[in-house]
Amino acid sequence: MPRRLILLAAFVLVATAASNGKQLYGRYCAKCHDTLNAPSLHGVGAQAADFYLRSGYMPLPHLGVQPRRARVTFTNAEIESLVGYVASLGQGPAIPSPQPQSGSLSAGMQLFADHCAGCHQIMAEGGYVTGAVPPALGDDTATQIAEAVRIGPYVMPRFSQHAISNGQLNSIIRYIEYTRHPDDRGGWSIGHIGPVPEGLVTWFIALLALVCVTLLLARRHHA
Amino acid sequence: MIRVRDVLISAALLLLGRRRPSIPVEEDPGDPRAELVVAGLLGLTTCAAIGFIVAYALDPSTQLLGLSLGLAFIFLAAALVVTAHRLVVNEELEDDYPPEEHTAEQEEVVQLVEEPGERLTRRRLLKLGVLGAGGTLGLALATPVLSLGHFLDTKAYLVTPWRRGRRLVDENGRPWRASDIEERTFYTAFPEGGDNEEIAAPVVLVRLKPGDLRLPATLRGYDAGGIVAYSKICTHAGCAISLYRTPLFDRADPTPALVCPCHYSTFDPASGGTVTFGPAGRALPMLPIEVDARGHLRAKGNFDGPVGPSWWGVRIWRPER
Repeated sequence: MPRRLILLAAFVLVATAASNGKQLYGRYCAKCHDTLNAPSLHGVGAQAADFYLRSGYMPLPHLGVQPRRARVTFTNAEIESLVGYVASLGQGPAIPSPQPQSGSLSAGMQLFADHCAGCHQIMAEGGYVTGAVPPALGDDTATQIAEAVRIGPYVMPRFSQHAISNGQLNSIIRYIEYTRHPDDRGGWSIGHIGPVPEGLVTWFIALLALVCVTLLLARRHHA
Repeated sequence: MIRVRDVLISAALLLLGRRRPSIPVEEDPGDPRAELVVAGLLGLTTCAAIGFIVAYALDPSTQLLGLSLGLAFIFLAAALVVTAHRLVVNEELEDDYPPEEHTAEQEEVVQLVEEPGERLTRRRLLKLGVLGAGGTLGLALATPVLSLGHFLDTKAYLVTPWRRGRRLVDENGRPWRASDIEERTFYTAFPEGGDNEEIAAPVVLVRLKPGDLRLPATLRGYDAGGIVAYSKICTHAGCAISLYRTPLFDRADPTPALVCPCHYSTFDPASGGTVTFGPAGRALPMLPIEVDARGHLRAKGNFDGPVGPSWWGVRIWRPER
């Protein structure tokens, strides 16, 4: 009986140690972030740690690639202790708590078109820029969008309160959530990938109509 | 050799034979009503084409332009359909083509070719209609060339609202302070008291680390302590430069770049707006700026090059100082 108790106590001890933020940091992050190979995490705050860990951006498969959305391998408790440890490294921004339901959809679309659509495309389907792949925003939570706007991951510019206020950010998030279930007034969305494929489809339909008309015109009249 | 001679002779006969119808053709009464319809349709084509030119001159809205030009083509097509069905003789030749030597038969072919023309009794009217429709439609199609802008006198494009001492303000007219401009993000500025719609008005402001700037000798002193200002209008097709690629970690990520979303022309803000990728043919015009005593950003002069898309005449001139 005492043997089993000792075993249990040892297990609990190991478990608490493993979920300890500093230990996790040492195991998964320090290899890059404590050397000059990756940015220092002093002063980035809970905001950045929460974003990069919950989106699966970190840990990176290897240095020098664009961080992509991936399956999160940490448990919720592990993320919480890691975020707590990174936040304790220096004064930094806390995790934001956006209220998209208080934003305005039409203002959000306007702001999204001004600030975001150049890269992420107006229906938030993602796109291409030179040197990077702006991701689609279909899987991001409201908190992750708010964090990304303030951090500017990879080569995305960051937007301060001066450029996009918290109220405007609420509207932008509300619009992004709308793009996941838009009411397609035209009836046929053609993948929401913009006017070029829509124009192409129109051309194909028009081409078919033109061919039919041509055939009709050139039909031979048999007496 | 003999073949060549035969071909030459038959060609000569073909040409000469056109002048005089050797065999008198039986006069056909034709179809006067159809001819009138064709003439009328050609008249309508002319009207629609003139309508396009008038619409272009007065109110170039896409809907009106499309409607008038579309109608012109529809009328023209209708005229051609009526001509084909009612005015052109349809005859089926069942014989094989005769060998080239038989020039007499060849003349018969010539006559067959000429015959449909003989049936147009109101030839002049139709000729006039075709000339009118063709001429006005051609003119209508050529009119939009005017939209390409000034061809020789491009001086108008070199006038910009930027002068020494003019403050840089945001879209609401609030002056930008040097302390407002942070790294890793970008801002749009306009000349104070100017017209924001002018092509040379908007500039994009970014802050780089002063040590990262690699401005050429001709642009030395254009930056204000690491803050640089470039025209926001792409030098390729005139779109607004609305993308700023800015690395979070500059040791590994791509370098900062101003990118135009239209065709991905990419400019390096650290080296004076030089083109690093894409179709743009010349660097972004750079605006010299300074910080005044109250911390506001002011222009130190005009751009170092012409603003806006490139065409001939634009590259050789410099904006007024």
